[in-house]
Amino acid sequence: METVTPTNKKPMPGPERNEPEMEKIEVVSPWKDAYWQLKKNKLAMVGIFIIIFFIIVALIAPLLTPYAFNTISAGDRLSSPSAAHWFGTDDLGRDIFTRIVYGARISLMVGFFAVTGALVFGTFLGIIAGFFGRWIDMLISRIFDIMLAFPSILLAIAIVAILGPSLQNALIAIAIINIPIFGRLVRSKVISIRQEEYIMAAKAQGMKNGRILFHHVLPNSLAPIIVQATLGFGVAILEAAALGFLGLGAQAPTPEWGKMLSDSRQFIQSAPWTVLFPGISIMLVVLGFNMIGDGLRDALDPKMKN
Amino acid sequence: MIAYTVRRLLMLIPVLLGMSIVTFSIIHLIPGNPAQVILGDQATATAVANLEEQLGLNEPFFVQYFHYMLDLLRGDLGTSLRTNSSISSEIWPHLAATMELTIFAMVFAIIVGVNAGIISAWKQNSWFDYFAMIIALIGVSMPIFWLGLMQQWIFAQELGWLPAFGRGNPRDPIESITNFNILDSIINGRTDQLWTSFKHLVLPGIALGTIPMAIIARMTRSSMLEVLRSDYIRTVEAKGSRPISVIYRHGFKNAVIPVLTVVGLQTGTLLGGAILTETIFSWPGIGRYVFEAIGNRDYPVIQSGILVIAFMFVIINLVVDLLYSYIDPRIKY
Repeated sequence: METVTPTNKKPMPGPERNEPEMEKIEVVSPWKDAYWQLKKNKLAMVGIFIIIFFIIVALIAPLLTPYAFNTISAGDRLSSPSAAHWFGTDDLGRDIFTRIVYGARISLMVGFFAVTGALVFGTFLGIIAGFFGRWIDMLISRIFDIMLAFPSILLAIAIVAILGPSLQNALIAIAIINIPIFGRLVRSKVISIRQEEYIMAAKAQGMKNGRILFHHVLPNSLAPIIVQATLGFGVAILEAAALGFLGLGAQAPTPEWGKMLSDSRQFIQSAPWTVLFPGISIMLVVLGFNMIGDGLRDALDPKMKN
Repeated sequence: MIAYTVRRLLMLIPVLLGMSIVTFSIIHLIPGNPAQVILGDQATATAVANLEEQLGLNEPFFVQYFHYMLDLLRGDLGTSLRTNSSISSEIWPHLAATMELTIFAMVFAIIVGVNAGIISAWKQNSWFDYFAMIIALIGVSMPIFWLGLMQQWIFAQELGWLPAFGRGNPRDPIESITNFNILDSIINGRTDQLWTSFKHLVLPGIALGTIPMAIIARMTRSSMLEVLRSDYIRTVEAKGSRPISVIYRHGFKNAVIPVLTVVGLQTGTLLGGAILTETIFSWPGIGRYVFEAIGNRDYPVIQSGILVIAFMFVIINLVVDLLYSYIDPRIKY
């Protein structure tokens, strides 16, 4: 004992020399580590590039094109791609490139608001269910079960059938159907965090529930929420396009990509460009979000790390 | 196992009740007077009153729900406002058409997805792996209605290989017994009709199956990668088994559980996606039935159609859950 105690108090010169290096490794926060992992992921970087590209296009839409998205020009009906009309024109002579560019605003907006709505309500309900448990948990979880028992697009169609077809109602429907996905995720995360010792310590110190939630529980459940939100963006955009395609979302003359597809499908043989470009745009944006989401999952999931 | 099955069936009751409340509420959540909305602004007051009477909208909410549940338990799904015929008898041919399409799509998705995933995992980081995974990533990101339109354009209209619309030749209708065209043409011994029915299935089936295929491929790959790294696989390899036996007999057997979960969940995507696919390919399934009902404001059909699709989804997930313990005896309940 006597010989061991002093060596513990005064470390040997060897370990002391290594100490700065040890500290350097410890300083790396999990977020910084995830950032490095993400930077190494080529697919994720391509995804980020695609999304930034579309955001810029949406922001500077009026600068990119001399046309308005709803100017009808009978003389230019279904003209093929040319220098004047890069992506050709549709059956009303409207410039498709212009409509795609303005459509980017709609798709990104739908994705943003639908995901934000689902995220806020889902997180709120998930936290309440997970943190307070008992009958509140029972009630909220059963509601989630019932909502998830419907195929998602079907539930969205039902909601739009009630509210009436419009872009705004489609957005509300998409937000609602995504609530249980976030809710369940947050609930399970909260339940596992609630068991942790640091929560018990916080409680023992007399911390209020609200503070524990915002200072400990929420920050520690952020990683899966971020991944789900990124992937949710793509899903929401696809769902909005599907509703638009069915005539249950955006209405004419809104340049929504799904609506553009259904309006032009009868001209697919004579004017394939009318169908080609809106479809490619939807696919690229969704692909971008999926690539980022996959990359984030790999970067934030400790199980994937070597 | 039996105890688990019973418990799992009992757990279904609150979900089914909840589902019935949701579909029941559809008509009641319409802003304004539902009967007026259904009939349009031009409708007379008597017509509105008659419809309210017909739909029982005058009664208290709980009395209405009680009647609704009583009818459902008797297998009565209500009456269509447009055709005035019983939805229960109307819906079956549509349901059979959707099931035929969904089964074809799922078989396609499983065969292609599972094998692509297995080869990707086996030859990890090879060109095949990269190619398959990029195709899978694109497959998940593609709007299926766009894929359907593209297929229709290329394979039906430009190349003329496959029919673009419907389930069969309308001038040579199949004598329906089960309403499954493939089955019926086999029972009737009509190989020409079998071939026609199959050709009609290919394009919508592939369009519908693409997303599940991509997801199954990704899941199989990651699940297989985990299994192939385990010790017992090394032992099997050291024993001198052929690679095909290592992969399929020893490897995939243990990687199948997560794949099965995805298959169950994706069936929901298929049932939902059927609405889009059926609209594009004029497939007379339940998705199109519901979609047309929305256009006609035929709310009883909307309610019952949605309920039937959701019910199928719940049953499929129940079957998948019960299959787990059959396939993997290690899972005990």
